[in-house]
Amino acid sequence: MSTGTPTIVLVGHGMVGQRFLEALAERGLTATHRVVVLCEEPRPAYDRVALTSYFSGKTPEDLSMTDMEFIDTHGIELYVGDPAQTIDREAKKVTAKSGQVFEYDTLVLATGSYPFVPPVPNKDAEGCFVYRTIEDLLAIEEYAKTATTGAVVGGGLLGLEAAGALKGLGLTSHIVEFAPRLMPVQVDEGGGAALLRTIEEMGLSVHTGVGTQEIVVDESGAVTGMKLSDGSELATDLVVFSAGVRPRDQLARDCGLTVGERGGITVDEQCRTVADPHVFAIGECALASDGRVYGLVAPGYEQAETAAATIAADESEQLTFTGADLSTKLKLLGVDVASFGDAHGTAEDCLDVVYSDSRAGLYKKLVIGRDGTLLGGILVGDAEAYGTLKAFTGSVPPVSPESLVLPAGAGAPAQLGPSALPDEAIICSCNNVTKGTIRGAVTDHQCTTVPEVKKCTKAGTTCGSCVKVLGQLINAELEASGVEVDKGLCGCFSQTREELYEIVLALRINTYQDLLDRYGRDGAKGGDGCEICKPAVGSIIASLAPTIGASGYVLDGEQASLQDSNDHFLANLQKNGSYSVVPRIPGGEITPEGLIVIGEIARDFGLYTKITGGQRIDMFGARVEQLPLIWARLVDAGFESGHAYGKALRTVKSCVGQTWCRYGVQDSVRMAIDLELRYRGLRSPHKLKSAVSGCQRECAEAQSKDFGVIATANGWNLYVGGNGGATPRHADLLAQDLSDAELIKLIDRFLMFYIRTADRLERTSTWLERIPGGLDHVRDVVVEDSLGICEELESLMADHVAHYADEWATTINDPEKLSRFVSFVNAPDTPDPVVGFIPERDQIKPDLPLLSIGMRPAEDVLEGSAQR
Amino acid sequence: MTLAPETTDLKVQLKLADDWFTVCDLAQLLPGRGVAALLPDGRQVALFRDRTGALYAIDNRDPFGGAAVLSRGLTGTHQGRPFVASPLLKQRFDLKTGQCLDDEAVRIAAYEVRAA
Ligand code: SRM
Ligand SMILES: Cc1cc2nc3c(=O)[nH]c(=O)nc-3n(C[C@H](O)[C@H](O)[C@H](O)COP(=O)(O)OP(=O)(O)OC[C@H]3O[C@@H](n4cnc5c(N)ncnc54)[C@H](O)[C@@H]3O)c2cc1C
Ligand code: SF4
Ligand code: FES
Repeated sequence: MSTGTPTIVLVGHGMVGQRFLEALAERGLTATHRVVVLCEEPRPAYDRVALTSYFSGKTPEDLSMTDMEFIDTHGIELYVGDPAQTIDREAKKVTAKSGQVFEYDTLVLATGSYPFVPPVPNKDAEGCFVYRTIEDLLAIEEYAKTATTGAVVGGGLLGLEAAGALKGLGLTSHIVEFAPRLMPVQVDEGGGAALLRTIEEMGLSVHTGVGTQEIVVDESGAVTGMKLSDGSELATDLVVFSAGVRPRDQLARDCGLTVGERGGITVDEQCRTVADPHVFAIGECALASDGRVYGLVAPGYEQAETAAATIAADESEQLTFTGADLSTKLKLLGVDVASFGDAHGTAEDCLDVVYSDSRAGLYKKLVIGRDGTLLGGILVGDAEAYGTLKAFTGSVPPVSPESLVLPAGAGAPAQLGPSALPDEAIICSCNNVTKGTIRGAVTDHQCTTVPEVKKCTKAGTTCGSCVKVLGQLINAELEASGVEVDKGLCGCFSQTREELYEIVLALRINTYQDLLDRYGRDGAKGGDGCEICKPAVGSIIASLAPTIGASGYVLDGEQASLQDSNDHFLANLQKNGSYSVVPRIPGGEITPEGLIVIGEIARDFGLYTKITGGQRIDMFGARVEQLPLIWARLVDAGFESGHAYGKALRTVKSCVGQTWCRYGVQDSVRMAIDLELRYRGLRSPHKLKSAVSGCQRECAEAQSKDFGVIATANGWNLYVGGNGGATPRHADLLAQDLSDAELIKLIDRFLMFYIRTADRLERTSTWLERIPGGLDHVRDVVVEDSLGICEELESLMADHVAHYADEWATTINDPEKLSRFVSFVNAPDTPDPVVGFIPERDQIKPDLPLLSIGMRPAEDVLEGSAQR
Repeated sequence: MTLAPETTDLKVQLKLADDWFTVCDLAQLLPGRGVAALLPDGRQVALFRDRTGALYAIDNRDPFGGAAVLSRGLTGTHQGRPFVASPLLKQRFDLKTGQCLDDEAVRIAAYEVRAA
């Protein structure tokens, strides 16, 4: 077919090829040109960078980068499964495998790379694979079904990904790396050591400093092992070669284009081949003008843009490609690894700042120039700072370099937000997007969310490592431009928590659905709410239950579906899916019998026990189906729920007080017990803690509590708004020398006023600082009754106290509720096999490596390996 | 208010390869909460039901923390998409597709599910 319009033929429809097509379309070239694409693989371009996510559930369709609508609307002729076979440069013709011949005016080669397989004997045996295409993955997955062990040749970036995939397929995995460390290109010796440790801890075997000499096969020709250069032999059923890639330049060689000594089609700064002005080469097959072949996608994208701009010969936009940054950030097998800039410190006179903690698998190095310029760096184990650091590369950061790599908590970590960056700083290096462009998307294009900015600027659409910084920038920009921040509780309600509380109380609304359907935002009415408002409203309903006519039992009816996961199981979820059990021990006082019961239960169920910071005992490692059995025994012995899982009263700590202590002036233990029993089960915006000390020496640390009580010769002093935790605050004195009755009345009022007016997850300390008028206002309201609401506050509390019932006692007497305490609805007697424990200091701890395996084969499950 | 017709003998079934695998009685699924099911091959699935009665099934494993606990998360709707928030570190997953709403690179398996 010959047409009047000029023709562009693209050979190779990979990541860079696709970007090139988009760049053509953007410049209107698809309208003025016939565009032909020859695609060798059986599917159009897909996200090769995210290839490994196939093993975590992405389908080939999810990985696709090709929108067929795009192809159609731009009239692109895409020939899938039809590679180019020969190029006749004289006649300007390409012949495809199918025999079709295409004449071109411009030819663009984007043929990518092929995996390098070292020339060892039997390298093509059955069971040997490479790792580059979806087809490779499908083949590996199929073969792995019959294999138990796999080995990866090559411990670079891709090798580690491949090893992670093999492990995910349930194989015992080995990595064989010729260099003395893993990821030799990206990290230095120190980083390699941190990486090695972490990867070995995950159960992968790493063999560094050895080469593969031969693949060993059985009579049928299938892999059984490999011979290594140190003379040892590694038994394995499957081998994946990941020893680097080579540019696919054969097509170019065959038609006489210039190629580099070590491969790659030689191009100039416009990505035009040096031998033929009608032919371009982009992506991994190209040898750029700086003498490098880039094996990353970001430089490829830049080349695609450059070639498209050159073809458009657009005067206003003369792009050139003269080299690119090799920064990378990866999450390999769950380990963060990042390197950027001059990571190995090759610049003259540069200095290193290194923070290394091999126990924690952390290694961070910054390369700094004489004048303080940040030149590059390596981060292993924690790459949080990558986005910011990379953007600062090439400039002198506004804070000292040490503070940028120290972990939070050590010294004063620099809170260096992206707002400190200059507008020219590159935020997304994959797509070459600057901070200025992102700000522009917010200010000029009205983008307000990360997805909108991604769409508008392409930032964050490739490796995703910049998305966090992106979010911070968008928020900062929105705030700066005075966009009114929505004060609503969440996407479902435009009211604050306080307003919702007032609505619930005034109108006696006692279900979440009713509240949502009547008072929710327009789009949210009739829906399922979200994880923010459900527990917040659930808590309001629980705090007011007797008054508004709701059930006081948090697992009743609809309320069960509102509770946070911990409240729903009346226990605290631990990292491996097991639970902790904390019975209430009011005031910290416990009888020897009580201690013995707890001891026996912990022993019988094999639980880890620990004295908590709240003067009680925590038992860890209970499986969900054990909770009812454990609680049946605890309830039987007179214990109640300690609400360690709830936003509710936790503990009222006590000191031993007047009864025993020579300084004590009041019975602090009795008062602590009274208070704990009075307020137990009270749901509130955040947890509530208290303590009672028997004298001013303050052994119970009452001034660090939401409400703290200190004995005086004349009675009690009440302190409020104290906090430990991340932002400690000393409590403020609310009233002095109170009698028992006065003390309790004030605390009733104080707590109910807090529950009424605080925001969700706002402790009394932050609430007190936030509300207009602060402490003085609170004193006016609860001591002087300036609003005339004290009677109501007291009666709300009286309702709560009168209706308290232990929720665990209620639960173990309710077979329907108990049936929820199983790991599997269809196998109620089978424990969750990924909950396992290993011994430590004569007790147990979670078996964490078990978690990274994820799914375990059925045979294991059935054989009861969960008992380990 | 209309009541969804509900008969006790309806079963929740999952599509596995080419068969429907029966998991439990529909009545065992509380609107707005999940349950976990064990598949014959050892995989774990989290099943949910929303207030309209629609059913969803995704992998039970939290890909961030590794524990098999997604069935214990809170559900909701975000821009019309049903999701569950992991009880571990609260990342949200689309119940229809398994896509993580907080990390584009993460997606877990979603299953076809019906009441029959
Ligand atoms: C078990 C315990 C640590 C220990 O081994 O001693 C503990 C364990 C947890 N604490 Fe704590 N805290 C424990 C005493 C404390 C204390 C000391 C105290 O109460 O006197 C504090 C500082 C005092 C305070 O709260 O002001 C404390 C400040 C926190 C904070 C920070 C709160 C803040 O306002 O900054 C959190 C995080 C939160 O609640 O958001 C927290 C959260 C947690 C959580 C719930 C974290 C979580 O979500 O998994 C832990 C769960 C325990 C579990 O699974 O059973 N824990 N935690 C202590 C249990 C006390 C008890 O018997 O109930
Ligand atoms: C597992 C894996 C993980 C990766 N991770 C990252 C990462 O985190 N960050 C990063 O920057 N990079 C990463 N990469 C590298 C990245 O995928 C490549 O840099 C990028 O795909 C290069 O794009 P390309 O278009 O040049 O080549 P390719 O995507 O390989 O596309 C070339 C296409 O051309 C086709 N082709 C070849 N010859 C012909 C012919 N004669 N006719 C027709 N078609 C032909 C090939 O079949 C192929 O489909 C990763 C690669 C892999 C394999
Ligand atoms: S606070 Fe006072 S009464 Fe209580 S133990 Fe300490 S010194 Fe004794
Ligand atoms: S840096 Fe990779 S997507 Fe932005």
